[in-house]
Parts: sequence; C-alpha cells; structure tokens
Amino acid sequence: MEFGEIVSVLLQGAIVTIKIVAMALPLAAAMAFIFGLMRLYGGFPLKQLAVVYIEFFRGTSALIQLYWIYFVLPLFGFSIDAMTAGVIALGLNIGAYGTEVVRGAISSVPKGQFEASIALNFTPSQSLRRIILPQALVGMIPPFGNLAIELVKATSLVSLITIADLTFKAKSLADMTLQVGEIFGVVLLLYFVISQCLALCFRYLEKRLSKGLGRGGVK
Amino acid sequence: MVGLTWSWAFTWEVLPMILSAAKVTLLATLLGSCLAVLVGLAFALIRRSRHRSIRSVIYWLVEFIRSTPLLVQIFFLYYVMPEFGISMSPLLTGVLALGLHYGAYLSEVFRSGIDGVEKGQWEASRALNLSMFDTYRDVILPQAIRPMIPATGNYIIAMFKETPQLSAITLLEMLQIAKIIGSENFRYLEPFTLVGILYLMFSIMAAYGIHMIENRFPKEGISLK
Repeated sequence: MEFGEIVSVLLQGAIVTIKIVAMALPLAAAMAFIFGLMRLYGGFPLKQLAVVYIEFFRGTSALIQLYWIYFVLPLFGFSIDAMTAGVIALGLNIGAYGTEVVRGAISSVPKGQFEASIALNFTPSQSLRRIILPQALVGMIPPFGNLAIELVKATSLVSLITIADLTFKAKSLADMTLQVGEIFGVVLLLYFVISQCLALCFRYLEKRLSKGLGRGGVK
Repeated sequence: MVGLTWSWAFTWEVLPMILSAAKVTLLATLLGSCLAVLVGLAFALIRRSRHRSIRSVIYWLVEFIRSTPLLVQIFFLYYVMPEFGISMSPLLTGVLALGLHYGAYLSEVFRSGIDGVEKGQWEASRALNLSMFDTYRDVILPQAIRPMIPATGNYIIAMFKETPQLSAITLLEMLQIAKIIGSENFRYLEPFTLVGILYLMFSIMAAYGIHMIENRFPKEGISLK
C-alpha cells in the first residue's frame, strides 16, 4: 500500500478520535464540576455519593470500566452502542480525576474571599458564581489541560470495543499490509499532534481567563 | 435475562482463575515500575546536562512519550521491533512499554525533586571537592527521595491500572482472563465485576502502603551507601 493511502485511512481514524474527545470532554468537565461541588458543599449523602464516584472511577482501570459499561450494562437491559459506551466510560473516568482538580482549585481561593462575600450579603450561589469560581477557574486550567491529554490517550482504548478510531484503523491496516513501521510511526505522530494542539488551546485559555484577575504568578 | 442475577456459585468458580492471573498483573507492575524508576532517573539526570541540544532532545522525547497513548506504544513495540530483529514475549514487551511510558512521567517527578534540594548543598559538595557521582549519591539524592515518594507512588498505582492494556498483545492478565471466561460462559457480570473489585482493593492497599512508607521515611533522608 502506498504511503499516501495509509495516511488518508489513518486520518479518517483520527477524525473519529477527535469526535470522541469532543464529546467526552464536555461530559468530563460537567462531571468534574457537579461532583466537585457536591464533594465540597453537599450534605452528608451527596458528599458520600461523590466520594464513592471518585474512588470507584479512580481506583479501577479505564479499560475495565469501558468493558463493564459495554459488556455488562446490556445485561441489565440498557443496550448501548459502542460509541456511547466509549464516550460515557471515558467521560466518567476523566471526570473523576477532574473532580479533585475542581475541589483543589476552589479550596485554594483565599478564605477572606468567602468571608467578604458573606459580609457583603451575597447568597451562597452568588458568591460561588461571581467571586469564587472566576478566581478558581484560572487555577483549574493547567491541570485540566493535562487531563485533556490523558483523555486523548485514553481514547485509544475504545479501539478494543470495535470503534474505528485511530488505533483501530492502525491495527487493522497493520494486520492487512504488514507495513507496521510506517503505520504505527504515523499514528504516534498524529496522536502527538492532537495532544499538542489541545495543550496549546489550554495555554491560550489560561491566558484569556487570567486577564484582569491581577494574579502576579500567572503569565 | 440471563445475566441479571448475580450467581455466587459462578463467582467462586471463576475467582481462582482470576486470582492466578493477578500474579501476571502484579509481576508486570513490579518489573515495569523498577524499569520506570531507572528510566526516569536516567532522563532526569540527562536533562541536567550542560549541553542544550541534549537537554532539548530529552525534553521532546519525554513530551512525545507522555502525549501518545500507551496502547499504541505497546503495539509499536510488539509489531515494529521484530522488524529490527528484536522479538520479545508479550510480558517483556509490556514491561518495556510500561517502563518507558511511566519513566517519562517519573523523570519530571525526579527532576523537580532534585531541583528542590537547596542550592547550598551543591555549593557545599563543590567546596568539599566531591565528585559529581559522590555529590548525587551521598548528598543530593538522599535528600531528594522523600519529597518524591507520593508522586512516584501515584504513578506506580496508575501504571498498575494500565496493565489491562497488555491484554491487547495477548498477555493473559486479569482482564483478558475475565473476558475469556465471559465469552465462554456468556456471563460477563461476575468476572468483570470481580476484576474491578480486585483492582480497587489493590489500589487502595497500595495507596495506604505508600502513605505508610512516606510517614516512616526519615525526614533528613537516607544513606544510599
């Protein structure tokens, strides 16, 4: 097979990979905020629920979660296609790690800010939305960027539940043509490019969000 | 619905098989983490080289390894290395892939640990006319180890949780055994859940162990002699 053909087949796989990232990333962010806030401010049952979610998804491996959702959930009557299973498993997995990022960033906002917002008679939700989160968000961006790269890497696992992503295409091309060197070389390079692009986006985001906050440490 | 109810009889039947596969998982983790520590230390020390070009080669190598999926790296080693005349067993390939991947992560931990040692310690070693090797072995590393323990431990636990990916190159570790049992008996619920619980138990125990090691470790460091 010619090199050009190989690249064009692999690019199709890369598009599937990017799609999965684009769907799983918002899910992960949503889970991170919901459970992070629950862990910090929830009452007793909500806090425990968040702890169970975090420990479960961080304590077992992503591939087991993926298999569990894909192979076991249908037995309970939820039949889901491979794509949905992949997005849900990756979103929940990365989201669990994100929860700790959200919690850490919010707890690192100086206590005086909470006290000042109480003194100014802000309701809890107002103080969270207007005072705390804008400051906490900047601190969350770099670790979120690292998690986004982890997510890109984790998408390669969905190839094992038959989704035709970049890794799946590479594996089937390699089995077919035996030109393993070129194929896996190009694949590694494509993943590298995707990860670096995401990292650039997050660096830009960090710059944007830190404007006007008067933080000396963030450049 | 066949799979809806949890069958204890089936659970006890498959548990021994899964537990014996746990040995493979633990062996891969153990060997992988030894290799990762060596690779990480090597990368960290090379990154302190005087030559800018060597530093930047290692920087991009680490960046590349960290931002590409472990699964693809496993495939790469497993399928491409034989083209160069090096064929390895699945276990050896897996250990090599895990060691390189996490070595890249650990190099950052070690680097910041070494950078965290006070500047005066370097100057004192210089003043005492210690060689570079003695400086690292007797002065710098003993002090740098303690702060590195938590992060290193976290990465080793992370490595442990990535071992199921080795099933993709036919290594018979826990998840692969569970999948085979599942497809033979058409019951996925028990084997997959068991594997999940075992992973959870091992990770929690390991996290506790690392905490213990960190607390027991003398604050002033240990002698490496």
